[in-house]
Amino acid sequence: MNGGWFRIYAYGFLLFLYAPILLLPIFAFNDGAIVAFPLAGFTTKWFDQLWVEPALHQALKNSLIIAVSASILSTCLGIFAARASTRYNFPFKGGIIGMIMLPLVLPEIILAIALLVVLLGVGIPLSIYTVILGHVLVCTPFSIAVLTAAFQSLDKSLEEAAYDLGETPASTFRLIILPLVTPGIISSLLMTFTISLDEFLMAFFLAGTESTLPVYIFSQFRFPKSVPVVLALGTVLVVASIILLTIAEYFRRRGIAKTGGKDTGGFL
Amino acid sequence: MSSEKPVMIEFKDVHKYYGDYHALRGINATIRAGEFFSLLGPSGCGKTTLLRTIAGFEGISSGAVMIGGEDMADVPANQRPTNMVFQSYAIFPHLTVEENVGFGLRKDPRSKAEKAKAVEDALGMVGLKGFGARAAHALSGGQRQRVALARALILKPKVLLLDEPLSALDKKMREQMQVELIKLQRQVGITFILVTHDQEEALVMSDRIAVMFEGQIAQLADPETLYRRPASRKVADFIGTMNFLPAKILNEAGSKVEVDAQGFGKITLDGAQVMSAEGSEGGATVGFRPETLTILFDGQTGSDFESEAVVEEVVYYGDMTYYDIKIKGCDTAVRLSMRNVFGRPVLDIGTKTRVAWSAGALVLFR
Repeated sequence: MNGGWFRIYAYGFLLFLYAPILLLPIFAFNDGAIVAFPLAGFTTKWFDQLWVEPALHQALKNSLIIAVSASILSTCLGIFAARASTRYNFPFKGGIIGMIMLPLVLPEIILAIALLVVLLGVGIPLSIYTVILGHVLVCTPFSIAVLTAAFQSLDKSLEEAAYDLGETPASTFRLIILPLVTPGIISSLLMTFTISLDEFLMAFFLAGTESTLPVYIFSQFRFPKSVPVVLALGTVLVVASIILLTIAEYFRRRGIAKTGGKDTGGFL
Repeated sequence: MSSEKPVMIEFKDVHKYYGDYHALRGINATIRAGEFFSLLGPSGCGKTTLLRTIAGFEGISSGAVMIGGEDMADVPANQRPTNMVFQSYAIFPHLTVEENVGFGLRKDPRSKAEKAKAVEDALGMVGLKGFGARAAHALSGGQRQRVALARALILKPKVLLLDEPLSALDKKMREQMQVELIKLQRQVGITFILVTHDQEEALVMSDRIAVMFEGQIAQLADPETLYRRPASRKVADFIGTMNFLPAKILNEAGSKVEVDAQGFGKITLDGAQVMSAEGSEGGATVGFRPETLTILFDGQTGSDFESEAVVEEVVYYGDMTYYDIKIKGCDTAVRLSMRNVFGRPVLDIGTKTRVAWSAGALVLFR
């Protein structure tokens, strides 16, 4: 039978996963305010509206600032934690790493509310900086997970060889370890950037009067006439994601080819 | 000969604990300049740990490791006059062959051209001339090994440490590299310290060997002494093949010992042939190597000691034949080896023959 039913299941799964996304551009180019078949005709006016929406531009700018900051910060923290957990032994190591990883499974809404209460209590005004804080909290466990794998695959004797040849721990890190975990670092940056970019709960609770892209989209969805514009925005985001992933995949493969490693599959 | 050379490395009562685990238990040894020295033992005996205390990758719990008369206690790995060839070779995968070999020269004040020359020379020394621009990850196991050697030797260390460097190579490659390493060591004159679990490798390559068990050196000697006069049953068991026969001690006069070995009868042994019975159960035994027992073909005679025997098993190796034979009066068969020189027959199982031995080849473990 060659797994006939499993094949049908697999195709069905993929269809369910991607068909809705394929609908996005269809309706984004549809000349009608109502999202329904039959299609009314081709237009690019919804895309044109994206250009003249200052609130959208502000939200996009905020989201990019937040996503870039959060991905860099959480990846840096991830590097420290992954390095510590793979190379050193210290008391309560398992517990400490476990606690850092906990936000991965904690309901995010609880984190968001708790963080909001604390921030208000301490008297820190809500802004995109508090969103960055929240996103770092959410993203760091993902960074650690990705980077731990990268650091674990590093042969310890490579470091020892570098010390042995006269390098200091710091220069060894820079000359040997960092180049070899670069694919992991890029992977972590990309992943956390994506997570931060479409994160809603933290942004909704902690942004104060500012708005991020997901929060803006959510607010616009309440107005039926804005829906096609949001779909146009969604289409742009999908294309941007594909470009970003392609670039990342290119660098990943190049990195693997350069160190002669074995390709163990995709990026994320 | 080697005793005239200056001391390069000295272990003074070195102990090492990992938590409760006593990994090194009082190591005392001296390694001389220019020596090819091997640390030999089964896995877990502490040989790699001891090597790493020289490199500075492992601290010691008590005692002292001296290199060139200097206590290394406060000298970190990157400032020790040692370089290491790792078991995994630890070739930096993101660098080319010449970048790997020249890695240690980064802080060298010489000009770029001089350094490039040094790299080229080092590559030539290990037979990799012209490989400089290759990507390190594209090399074969044997080539990586050579890169690792060149990378370590380019810094002209006082001591080169080799951590089971040949264990990942296939048999033919390993034997070839053994010879090359010996030649290389003679050429550069640097002290080589080799860690290995392969007794044959240690015998082939070393000037002297330290046999280690459970964190202690059981015997430190040149290969021939180690093979012919193992200090204990344990060492004898680990190195090569040795036959053991129960023996009774009849008489001790001065350093001479008279024994009655099963099948061999009464033999007088010299004091130098009396070793520790550590590693054996029961009483005293007499030990001998398979090649020291000879089958008397064509009715040869004239040996000091000979006896009747029956062939119980034949293992033909091409150049050699191994026989398990039962000597008259023995409970168990012993193994002997005969070189298959031209015209010499291979005996069949059940053949009655005569075997001969000499007292000098025996060792008494008591």
